[in-house]
Amino acid sequence: MPASPFFYVWDPMTAAALLHTPLAAAHRALGARMVDFAGWEMPLHYGSQIEEHRAVRRAAGVFDVSHMLAVDITGDSARAYLGRMLANDVAKLKTPGQALYSCLLNEAGGVLDDLITYWRGDEHFRLVLNAGTAERDCAWLESHLEAAPLRIEPRRDLAILAVQGPHAREKTWGAIPAIRAATAQLAQFQAAEVGAMFIGRTGYTGEDGFEIVLPRDDAAAVWGALLAEGVAPAGLGARDTLRLEAGMNLYGQDMDETVTPEESGLAWTVALKEAREFVGRRALEARTPTRRLLGLVLIDKGIMRGHQKVRCAAGEGEVTSGGFSPTLNRSIALVRVPRAVAPDDEVEVEVRGNWLRARVVKPPFVRHGKILARI
Amino acid sequence: MTTPKDLKYTKNHEWVKAEPDGTVMVGITFHAQEQLGDVVFVQSPEVGRTLKQGEECAVIESVKAAADIYAPVSGEVVAVNQEVADQPERVNQDPYAAWMFRLKPSAPGELEALLDANGYEKIAAEDKH
Repeated sequence: MPASPFFYVWDPMTAAALLHTPLAAAHRALGARMVDFAGWEMPLHYGSQIEEHRAVRRAAGVFDVSHMLAVDITGDSARAYLGRMLANDVAKLKTPGQALYSCLLNEAGGVLDDLITYWRGDEHFRLVLNAGTAERDCAWLESHLEAAPLRIEPRRDLAILAVQGPHAREKTWGAIPAIRAATAQLAQFQAAEVGAMFIGRTGYTGEDGFEIVLPRDDAAAVWGALLAEGVAPAGLGARDTLRLEAGMNLYGQDMDETVTPEESGLAWTVALKEAREFVGRRALEARTPTRRLLGLVLIDKGIMRGHQKVRCAAGEGEVTSGGFSPTLNRSIALVRVPRAVAPDDEVEVEVRGNWLRARVVKPPFVRHGKILARI
Repeated sequence: MTTPKDLKYTKNHEWVKAEPDGTVMVGITFHAQEQLGDVVFVQSPEVGRTLKQGEECAVIESVKAAADIYAPVSGEVVAVNQEVADQPERVNQDPYAAWMFRLKPSAPGELEALLDANGYEKIAAEDKH
């Protein structure tokens, strides 16, 4: 085998410069394979990515996602400000704790990031940003501040744990009994706060579960308590295959500032009904999307990977994310293809020099442990 | 895991085992499968194909990436391991038993010139750190 990039070479200069979550030592103690992800030293897996994937689909797994950044936005004009900044409409947030998934757009309608906004009551909001884009997002948000007194506070003092799987909530209550009362009736996409802990019934796996935002100093104890309840530690590798099966986009791979939400399967997140003016709106309304994001299930043997070419009757496309689906036991992908391509079409993907057959499906491939895609 | 002393190795992380019938079996090392992570697809060369040493001839794909396999010695492919094609996880479970294909070498000197266990361990150690 060639010395290809996946042969992770540990470099003391790079390693010293990497950022660390409060759980870095806990990951190493579990024998995690650590990798550089967006400047953070993060666990890729703890032995077997596929076993971690299955643990989340069948029982419960916990991910350290403290590399993601919580940003609190407070002040009298917070709601109006976010109404201008986000493509989805924060006016939809009607009860405290409610969450909203949205794109952050540039003036051209390109996607700067995808994020979750929680309304914490009154003029208090919390955004959770991707690690790789957090700095750019914060600068962008700051640059659009108007005279009104508004505070944008990046919360690097917080850690984030995602507990996911059909047993995730039960196990979390076992590990942190103090949050049970406040979260037992929590609806999907809703959050509750218990002391310094912020618990959302959200995730990135297609399974039920919680995402817990908590003080950095408390992270190791909660992590340990979850493991003691039998929750499996799961790395970024499993997180990626789980989100791909769930048909969820990964920023930087399935979308970036060169494409619009409509070209990324996210038209449903852009609120255009109201007359609300938001950054990117005019450009989106002037543009006619020519491409769309769909799923593929590989019919032939092989593994689809990002950037491979797709040949369709309607023209060419590209794989944005591809890999092996442990639940379908075959390769699946997200692809950006011409608008005319539709589910059930058969297309070809260039996999290592061979054109392999694949079937177009509408993501998700898997939701709540069940296969949705036609194999 | 210890590197078996009775095998030969390449710097590309393949092991080669000489069989009594004069053929050689080819697989990937413990270190290679550890670097790759869970193996999910193995594609061996067709039986009957003639390979030159160093020629790209097979693919192993893991959850993480694809890795090319090069012919460790020149020769003709005389068998492929269907069990490993059907159960790619065998490569992780028992890398030194999970042979991918068998070659009938055409240039015997090449086999002798491959690395021994000690030589390979040094390369694997450098690769790690």
